[in-house]
Amino acid sequence: MNPSYRQEGPDRLYVITSGRSGGADDALDAVTLVVAESEPTAGMQSEHARILRLCVSPLSVVEIAAHLRLPVTVVRILLTDLIDTGRVTARHPAPAPSPARPLASPDVLEKVLVALHNL
Amino acid sequence: MHSTTSEPPSPATVVGTPTAPLPDSASQALKIAVVGGFGVGKTTMVRSVSEIRPLTTEETMTRAGAEIDDLRGVEGKNTTTVAFDFGRITLDSTSVLYLFGAPGQQRFWFLWDRLFTGALGAVVLVDTRRLEDCFYAIDRLEAQGTPFVVAHNDFGEADHALEDVRSALDLDPSVPLMRCDARERGSAKDVLIRLAEHVRTLVREGRR
Repeated sequence: MNPSYRQEGPDRLYVITSGRSGGADDALDAVTLVVAESEPTAGMQSEHARILRLCVSPLSVVEIAAHLRLPVTVVRILLTDLIDTGRVTARHPAPAPSPARPLASPDVLEKVLVALHNL
Repeated sequence: MHSTTSEPPSPATVVGTPTAPLPDSASQALKIAVVGGFGVGKTTMVRSVSEIRPLTTEETMTRAGAEIDDLRGVEGKNTTTVAFDFGRITLDSTSVLYLFGAPGQQRFWFLWDRLFTGALGAVVLVDTRRLEDCFYAIDRLEAQGTPFVVAHNDFGEADHALEDVRSALDLDPSVPLMRCDARERGSAKDVLIRLAEHVRTLVREGRR
């Protein structure tokens, strides 16, 4: 079990991201679902390998962050590496509400209401 | 490191083992934010309805409104690390709803821009002892056009008339206001249903 990055200090984050602080895929939302497309390989950065093992089933960006105990910002950078090399796929369905169109679609709302009533 | 946690941390989860896998066909994730002041019951509400034990993660910010420019600076004085909790509800074979507990005060609002953009809506959880904790959140939600409802978490003990709460918050008559007991699954569920119904009403009225 990896300890939290807090116990290793912030330099650890710098190492994990190879010094990068930006460059994450802007389309990666906090709840974008990510699925692994390949198995971890020998020599792969351990955080990348852990993401591949976590995402055997779809998992959101924030869940990955929670399981890795890394800030969301760092996880988005790591995920972008994996997307760029085709090792994971990010599922981007219908657009979410945005500042320009802040209301969800009626279909989505019905789905939410049905599921909540059945809780 | 300066760190601010909105509520006491959840018990540690086993790293690397998601407890309840989502269906392989899951492709759409939605989100609702539960915002409120310290100790008002945000995590309690998330836990009441979540199918997983709430998870905790963090976001870091070097300066208010600025991008993180160097992760080596995360220990600097200008850094805010905010922990937030979340849970989830699988809606059907393709969709999952994430519920985020988020501190509502101004200094934490960067979380909204980073994480909660695109939320279906928000629940503002209030505590009559510290109503002022939610003033900022209500102003911001109104300004950004995010639909919201206000839920007074009274832990089962009605202590104020709802109309007094509405008046103290200077809440628009169109914003739903209700009592809830965040510990009760049924009560937390009702709040979420009210929010979804409110959004549906806004859609039908053709309002932004």
